[in-house]
Amino acid sequence: MSKQVKQLDRVIIRFAGDSGDGMQLTGDRFTQESAVFGNDLVTLPNFPAEIRAPQGTIPGVSSFQVHFADHDILTAGDAPDVLVAMNPAALKANLGDLPKGATIIVDTHDFTARNLQKAGYDANPLDALGDAGSQLGEFAVQPVDLTGMTIEAVKEFGLSRKDAARAKNMFALGLLSWMYGRPTEPTEAFLAKRFAKVPAIRDANITAFKSGWNFGETTETFAVQYEIKPAPMAPGTYRNITGNLALSYGLVAAGVRSGLPVFLGSYPITPASDILHELSKHKAFGVTTFQAEDEIAGIGSALGASFAGQLGVTTTSGPGVALKTETIGLAVMTELPLLIVNVQRGGPSTGLPTKTEQADLLQAVFGRNGEAPVPVVAPQSPGDCFDAAVEAARIAITYRTPVFLLSDGYLANGSEPWRIPDVDDLPTIEPGFAEAPAVAEGETAPAFRPYERDEATLARPWAIPGTAGLEHRIGGLEKGDGHGNISYDPANHDHMVRTRQAKIDRIADSLPPLVVDDPSGEAKVLVLGWGSTYGPIGAGVRRVRKAGFNVAQVHLRHLNPFPNDLGEILRRYDKVLVPEMNLGQLSLLLRAKYLVDAQGYNQVRGLPLKAADLAQAIGELVAQAEGVAVDLTPTSSKETVQ
Amino acid sequence: MTATDHSVGLGIPGLRTGTELVPALGEGETQSAKDFSSDQEVRWCPGCGDYAVLKAVQSFLPDLGLRRENIVFISGIGCSSRFPYYLDTYGMHSIHGRATAIASGLAIAREDLSTWVVTGDGDALSIGGNHLIHALRRNVNMTILLFNNRIYGLTKGQYSPTSEAGKITKSTPMGSVDHPFNPVSLALGAEATFVARTVDSDRKHLTAVLAAAAAHRGTSLVEIYQNCPIFNDGAFDDLKGADTKADAIIPLEHGQPIRFGVEGSKGLVRDTATGGVKVVEVGDGAGQTPVGELLVHDAHADDPTTAFAISRLTDAGVLHQSPIGIFRQVSRPTYDDQARAQVVTASEAVTGDASDRLASLIGGGDTWTVV
Ligand code: SF4
Repeated sequence: MSKQVKQLDRVIIRFAGDSGDGMQLTGDRFTQESAVFGNDLVTLPNFPAEIRAPQGTIPGVSSFQVHFADHDILTAGDAPDVLVAMNPAALKANLGDLPKGATIIVDTHDFTARNLQKAGYDANPLDALGDAGSQLGEFAVQPVDLTGMTIEAVKEFGLSRKDAARAKNMFALGLLSWMYGRPTEPTEAFLAKRFAKVPAIRDANITAFKSGWNFGETTETFAVQYEIKPAPMAPGTYRNITGNLALSYGLVAAGVRSGLPVFLGSYPITPASDILHELSKHKAFGVTTFQAEDEIAGIGSALGASFAGQLGVTTTSGPGVALKTETIGLAVMTELPLLIVNVQRGGPSTGLPTKTEQADLLQAVFGRNGEAPVPVVAPQSPGDCFDAAVEAARIAITYRTPVFLLSDGYLANGSEPWRIPDVDDLPTIEPGFAEAPAVAEGETAPAFRPYERDEATLARPWAIPGTAGLEHRIGGLEKGDGHGNISYDPANHDHMVRTRQAKIDRIADSLPPLVVDDPSGEAKVLVLGWGSTYGPIGAGVRRVRKAGFNVAQVHLRHLNPFPNDLGEILRRYDKVLVPEMNLGQLSLLLRAKYLVDAQGYNQVRGLPLKAADLAQAIGELVAQAEGVAVDLTPTSSKETVQ
Repeated sequence: MTATDHSVGLGIPGLRTGTELVPALGEGETQSAKDFSSDQEVRWCPGCGDYAVLKAVQSFLPDLGLRRENIVFISGIGCSSRFPYYLDTYGMHSIHGRATAIASGLAIAREDLSTWVVTGDGDALSIGGNHLIHALRRNVNMTILLFNNRIYGLTKGQYSPTSEAGKITKSTPMGSVDHPFNPVSLALGAEATFVARTVDSDRKHLTAVLAAAAAHRGTSLVEIYQNCPIFNDGAFDDLKGADTKADAIIPLEHGQPIRFGVEGSKGLVRDTATGGVKVVEVGDGAGQTPVGELLVHDAHADDPTTAFAISRLTDAGVLHQSPIGIFRQVSRPTYDDQARAQVVTASEAVTGDASDRLASLIGGGDTWTVV
């Protein structure tokens, strides 16, 4: 049967099912296929904090959204065009996010009375399909017995009914792969490798996957196949990468580029644990991973390793940072290099462990006793976590200081195509350990001064144990200028407090000028963001521009110190909008430092900001600034933008 | 000076395995106590037991025969934690309770360092209790000197986790209702491989214990009874008094029957009723136990049960009786040796320079090329 092929420029698919249905794997495979095909893409996994929440219930629903396109895109998309729902709970939990006309593919197999009841349905919504007033009336619903067909397809492998049914996610993947013309080889190779030790399971999964594809091709239910052409991308070799993986690679790279062994002291915590898992695989690069007894020992051991001359790193999330705070203060006082990676999640307290948020910015900037400045660096996309990690290490090592690297749950688990950098193009980092001065015969060496500073950076020497002649003691008590012995002198304390601050402020001198994205040069409104909001802000800005209005965008990588040119840039614009997934933490800092009327756009829903909402907010500000009515319909009518 | 043998009266030979990867002094090079004294003025209260320990450590360190720059002292917070400032080695006076955690990172990172922790009863057992027990079970190669004065000195005299119940202090005017820890029992319960106890005023014994602790490869915990003349004066007087000492100190010597009291009048035997040990009168008379039936101390026993039972003879209240010496010294692979071995094994399994390997790591997985 020949099928109609329709061209699309972009599609957003959400795979949703029970936590045990393998939706993350399904989404991940679809993503890899799309990446290899050459689409640009952004993903958004969303899963419950419970490992196995009660089966079939709404809290147990796990989903994976992938947005792929024939052009450069910035977000995982506001609303799915296609929902694959493996059970009633998955349908119910996600229905509210669907726009009118969205396609829903449901596995009818799980729409049993018991599952319907668990999901809170009084009646089977699929029964009313076609009736006037059906709650699914606005959507194109495709009920398919995915599980039943899977069991049928894999029966030759002699699996139990339960095991056979588990391959249903691969059947669904096969069907969707057909619909969107995805290459199938990567998934077949993946399954063959993953289940190499259990041939029956391997064959069942591959067969289910192929059957799903064949079903799409033969059945009349699916009349249309869609084509989304590869996106033009800058030349280079690409791979799809999640933020946590890119961040881990960045840490390995920082070790290679500095010549320092990396020491990770860490305690497992969502959503940062994957970095610990990943780094533990890279011992061949001289990486040591130490799973400590608690968060405090995680950072304590890392600081001990830094004192010993390694690159000490600790990885955690907000609650862990709270526990590490005192040791960060010690690292400020002892002026040793140390990386603190905070993969932010919803707070306060335990908060929303698997959801994203940016509400730890002020904690990073200020959250210590005393005047304890710590540089803060934030990546803006999953792939950017690599560069941000290398940059954080550069600052830590060059300036002998603890540095915060603020990722978040969205970056950690989300993925995007990443152009693999050339290792030789990465910055070189010089540890520059202190060496004992040469002493002439018969003379005694002058006493080592561990707090004598480099004139340019104000960094103190990093004198590591084992270096004869540089024996010295450091600690949390105030240090005397230069000699570093305990000092309670008031003038010395004032001097040291100011010097530690000045050292951190000096980092700004090493930063490149900010990139101001203001194509017309006539924008009156500036949108300023940091971290993972880069994608939604960029997408929102594009929409406003497509509607014919001017707006400028700047995204900050360095949150402390701010780049030297930030103040001047802020003053160039009539209005400054600062979108954040918190209640206005960057706005507060900008207002305090630059006396600008930065306005916040703030949401703390545990989810990325939505491009459409942002476009609206930006549009309103443009309307105010320019005194015109703002209609966001794209000027070049039919074009879809993201 | 080269390494001196300190194996006096402990029954444990001075094996140097704890420091064997640390660079030693070269032929003809010498060190003295003076080399280990920093230029900082020592600021403990007059008569503080810390002085005696500092002196003992300063004169003992040269005997290790190690390069001074390869010795690191890490401390927490408390009176005794000022220790590193007074030693001309590498040192860090860190934060309250965390010295063991910081030292763990240091010891794992560098096999060529002799790592020492100086801590107190509040620092190690109260705020830092978690780090202490985990360091002990991991068996990271370091020596922990736990100065136990049974009081909080630096904060001016509150009761500590080793103070006797009922203690009247500033924070417990009606008497403390806290039950104390016995640090030796705690360490044995935490799977420690080396546990010892000594007293600040007995320089010879202290030095011998330090030598054995440094020689031990793994975490060595040395509890040092330390007098605080300001806030808890006389806490250990019975162990020091000329006429009380013999009955108060139960000396432990590996391979020797455990015997104490005036002229060895008392000894230890197993108590079959409780499974523990008990004090008996030694002799051949009625109701007395012949020497040959006394419990012979075995510090190398795999099973820590007997060592634990002996540790229970320490008074929990005011101290009238306490076993002193090495309770336990057994060999178990250390965390740091094993962690480093994994790095070495992994590194030996690969070829090519790090940059090339980094390029293939980040360029791995499913890739595609855009021209
Ligand atoms: S308070 Fe006690 S322990 Fe502290 S220095 Fe004074 S005497 Fe020593």
